[in-house]
Amino acid sequence: MKRAINLVPARPPAILLAVLPFALILIVYAIGSDIRLGANPNDKLMPSFSTIGEAVGRLAFEENRRTGEYVFWTDTAISLQRIVVGLAISTALCILIGIPVGFLPVLRALFGPFLAAFSLIPPLAVLPILFIVFGLGETSKIVLIVFGVAPFLTRDVALAVAAIPREQIVKAQTLGASTWQMMVHVVFPQILPRLFDSLRLSLGATWLFLIASEAIASEGGLGYRIFLVRRYLSMDVILPYVAWITLLAFLMDYALTLASRGAARWYHLGRAQ
Amino acid sequence: MTEIAIKGLAKSYGDTAILENVNAHLADHEFCVVLGPSGAGKTTLLRILLSQEAATRGEVLIDGVPIDPEPQPDRGVVFQRYSVFPHKSVLANVMLGPQLRAAPLLGRLFGARRRAIRERAEALLQEVGLGEHLAKFPAQLSGGMQQRLAIAQALIMEPKVLLLDEPFGALDQSTKKAMHRLILDLWRKNRMTIVMVTHDIGEAFTLATRILMVDKARRDPHAPTAYGSTITEDIRLDPDKKPALHVVDESADESHTMTAIFARYRADAGDCVVDEHPNFQAAG
Ligand SMILES: Nc1ncnc2c1ncn2[C@@H]1O[C@H](COP(=O)(O)OP(=O)(O)OP(=O)(O)O)[C@@H](O)[C@H]1O
Ligand SMILES: [Mg+2]
Repeated sequence: MKRAINLVPARPPAILLAVLPFALILIVYAIGSDIRLGANPNDKLMPSFSTIGEAVGRLAFEENRRTGEYVFWTDTAISLQRIVVGLAISTALCILIGIPVGFLPVLRALFGPFLAAFSLIPPLAVLPILFIVFGLGETSKIVLIVFGVAPFLTRDVALAVAAIPREQIVKAQTLGASTWQMMVHVVFPQILPRLFDSLRLSLGATWLFLIASEAIASEGGLGYRIFLVRRYLSMDVILPYVAWITLLAFLMDYALTLASRGAARWYHLGRAQ
Repeated sequence: MTEIAIKGLAKSYGDTAILENVNAHLADHEFCVVLGPSGAGKTTLLRILLSQEAATRGEVLIDGVPIDPEPQPDRGVVFQRYSVFPHKSVLANVMLGPQLRAAPLLGRLFGARRRAIRERAEALLQEVGLGEHLAKFPAQLSGGMQQRLAIAQALIMEPKVLLLDEPFGALDQSTKKAMHRLILDLWRKNRMTIVMVTHDIGEAFTLATRILMVDKARRDPHAPTAYGSTITEDIRLDPDKKPALHVVDESADESHTMTAIFARYRADAGDCVVDEHPNFQAAG
């Protein structure tokens, strides 16, 4: 009998194995829903797949009578825009702050402890402040995302910069590099793959902050819709929205993986997927 | 002309003395090999020469002028590891230095000036035997190839002094021999001074025109950190009287292959070898 760690599945069974848990959940849900609906046809907690399908069809493919919009797609567009803008600003900040702070001893001494303290402020606790300062519009939602993930990303970038072997930096100096040139030609490209990984890891937090702010004050968005229909116990809307958010997050994660492979090919050479 | 004077150099970390009273004068075009037991302070000495580390006392002069307190292109370096940039191709690694020097803001040249640097880099890579691997990344090269890349990358800056810290320490003996011929060849052609750290005594006698031994001259058994290392041996060798290694002879390659070196050790081992697999004999 082989040790468990040495039992490696071949390719086709591996795919099958990956699909198995998903299929299992769907089957368990279908059975549970059937049982509950059998006992009470008006049960709202576990709607059947056809009811969910109808709800999705209504939201995604029929114009809303009042606004003339396709609610599902408008929600998606609004939320994605907030996420993309929030993450883009966070990424820009973590590069512009994280690299100099991680690389220059003076800035590290000046901002290191401050950054550490700052990143410990619970973002949701300052959400009221953001609403007061930036109003209830788009700005406060994007600021919350930035507030939530930028400090983490910045610290991570600073740590990655500090972890670059000293030899690389000394070598660059013997090639005549200035501090600026080292940041551009040695430090930035070397932390890039790590930055993509931290972005992937912060996707969960990003969605959390988005949905929290949308739930509290918003006129649209995926999180807004979920919390709106909660009042009517509309599980037939909430469940597909949750699945859709999960799928979007998964696709973003995958897109970041692809981007990392494209932007830092050297890093992924011969590395296991 | 490049003369290096090391005067009264001392280095300590806190109370721990690492180096003390290190004095040496290296003539122009010296191939200086620094030997010494592990932990003696060879790397520390090299780091001081590189300005990666500041001396506690004493100074280093090149042609009478104290060295810059920061690492500069007048002193090139090859470390045992991490010398080349993993995110740049072989060619880009070598083209980096001249471009950084010529373009302070972008660190990148275009057009004719870029082509000129590219040609120089390609010629240099050809010389160190990497002409066929220009587009590869360092991770796709063997250890010996990476060190040759690091040497080419340093040489394109035309440094007065090339500092090498156990550059061939991780290589097998036959690759090492090939690297010895390469470095001697480059040393002669470029007329720079080389300071190389190793703990391989054979390597020292093969390559050096000068051997410095760094070791503790005094020891206090009650306070092992009280005294640092100093130079305990200092000998000069005449390269012209070392026939075997002096000539860069392609036909001599045969005697330096792994198989050839193995055969010599095998012969020396004599009776120690108690059994030999017959199949391989027949095939050979
Ligand atoms: N930054 C440092 N702080 C304190 N001690 C140090 C530091 N760097 C080196 N040392 C000490 O200095 C001594 C000499 O180190 P060094 O690396 O120069 O030795 P070495 O001769 O190169 O040895 P090896 O052959 O193993 O490479 C060692 O005892 C080491 O512990
Ligand atoms: Mg050493």
